[in-house]
Amino acid sequence: MNPRLTLATAARVLTQVRHDPRTVGLLLVVPALLIGLLAWIFDDTPVFGQVGPAMLGMFPFIVMFLVTSITTLRERRSGTLERLLVLPLGKGDFIGGYAIAFGLLATLQALVAVAWAVWGCGLDIEGSVWLLVLVAVVNGLLGTMLGLLASAFATTEFQVVQFMPVIVAPQILLGGIFLPRERMPEVLQTISDWLPLSYSIDALNLVQSGGDAGEVLGDVLVVAAFALGALVLAALTLRRRTR
Amino acid sequence: MNYSPAVAATGVVVRRGRTEILHGVDVHVPAGQVVGLLGPSGAGKTTLMRAIIGAQRTTSGTIEVLGRPAGHRTLRRELGYMAQSVAVYDDLTVEQNLAYFGRVLGAPKTDVDRVVGEVGLGSVRRNLASRISGGQRSRVSLGIALLGTPRLLVLDEPTVGLDPALRQELWELFARLAEAGTTLLVSSHVMDEARRCDRLLLVREGRIIADDTPDGLLAATGASDHDEAFLRLVERDARAADQDAA
Ligand SMILES: Nc1ncnc2c1ncn2[C@@H]1O[C@H](COP(=O)(O)OP(=O)(O)OP(=O)(O)O)[C@@H](O)[C@H]1O
Ligand SMILES: [Mg+2]
Repeated sequence: MNPRLTLATAARVLTQVRHDPRTVGLLLVVPALLIGLLAWIFDDTPVFGQVGPAMLGMFPFIVMFLVTSITTLRERRSGTLERLLVLPLGKGDFIGGYAIAFGLLATLQALVAVAWAVWGCGLDIEGSVWLLVLVAVVNGLLGTMLGLLASAFATTEFQVVQFMPVIVAPQILLGGIFLPRERMPEVLQTISDWLPLSYSIDALNLVQSGGDAGEVLGDVLVVAAFALGALVLAALTLRRRTR
Repeated sequence: MNYSPAVAATGVVVRRGRTEILHGVDVHVPAGQVVGLLGPSGAGKTTLMRAIIGAQRTTSGTIEVLGRPAGHRTLRRELGYMAQSVAVYDDLTVEQNLAYFGRVLGAPKTDVDRVVGEVGLGSVRRNLASRISGGQRSRVSLGIALLGTPRLLVLDEPTVGLDPALRQELWELFARLAEAGTTLLVSSHVMDEARRCDRLLLVREGRIIADDTPDGLLAATGASDHDEAFLRLVERDARAADQDAA
């Protein structure tokens, strides 16, 4: 890995995104709009207070998964990835470049969404707002790494989008948004112990109720470990030589 | 002057899945020459080129590129490769495409201007790659291969879809590069281009069926032009293969 090449790759990815205003809109504005809508629907009920924090974790995950999987799929299909891998670019530079670029975008997105949820929609947060942002960013990185990985198993954009319900829906259903995980059947609880989003949602709920910051960071570490695992697997799918 | 070959391959076999695509190919590309790689569609030209740049695993045989095994990490700075498909970023401008690949190669910043001039893209250098013509896009792809100071250029159909004037210009560029000591391996379907090469390699169904100078090829087949020489050689090889099978 070479920091100069990693940064050059990150800058390149950001320039590509910048040329696509619709993606920028999807990244920065849509999560805030949906949070606003949610707050409006559940006006005068405690529901927004319950699911609001979880939403802040879900959006970066979903959006970054979508954007990364499609951009890296295009790299694989168009031959730019093959081209880069016969040049002096390390696999770490490629993945690191994506992680930095989308990590930055995830940070921006989290700042906008959290600020809007807390100050615009009146979401009650007992703990530190910055912890909320941290969880959201780590979720965005997890989405980026899973997106990179998923792009290796798809041949078209259509196929890559089909991974969404497979990867995202179970995590949302089992993550404890609809029903606290302790109240689910035991088998489902065990499954949800193995899903990264469960830990994010747990962390976000802890921040909201003013729970122990150490516990929150513990959850964040688990999510980061999942992201790292996905990163290693994604690196294995980048082959300099085809069979 | 360095007279050791730029590419020396012996007995290269490439298998993809269950089919064998190259059946023991020997290739010799002398340094500082323009070598044309010709052959019918599906013959294995792209596969051979990808094996030489180290992007395709070989089942057996050896490939030496600039004195090192194909795919060696020190070769990555010394090879320029243009794939048959246009491998550029559609959502970057022409300039931004060149600048990014230049940075990856560690090429000087001035290279972008040099290459833009060489492939004649000055008028569209600030346009997005998705908003230029097909021939212009393929020239961006060629330009990326020219960045830095590659000692070996592997170009897969670099002139496809270009008008005769542009083709002429690019072949003059190739000749200039060869004169300056670069080795070029160029695949093509246009036989008219064969005559501009120093040597020709003819591939058919995963085998090299001729390795000669353009004039030598005409003499050996008694043909009057390269189109005819190509057809005769392919036919002769096909007949020989049929007899073997019988
Ligand atoms: N990804 C692949 N997987 C399996 N077989 C392949 C693959 N790509 C090409 N082939 C087969 O390998 C053989 C050689 O293909 P190759 O692309 O090297 O031909 P080519 O000479 O470059 O043809 P063209 O002039 O049409 O570009 C063909 O029979 C083709 O069907
Ligand atoms: Mg080809």
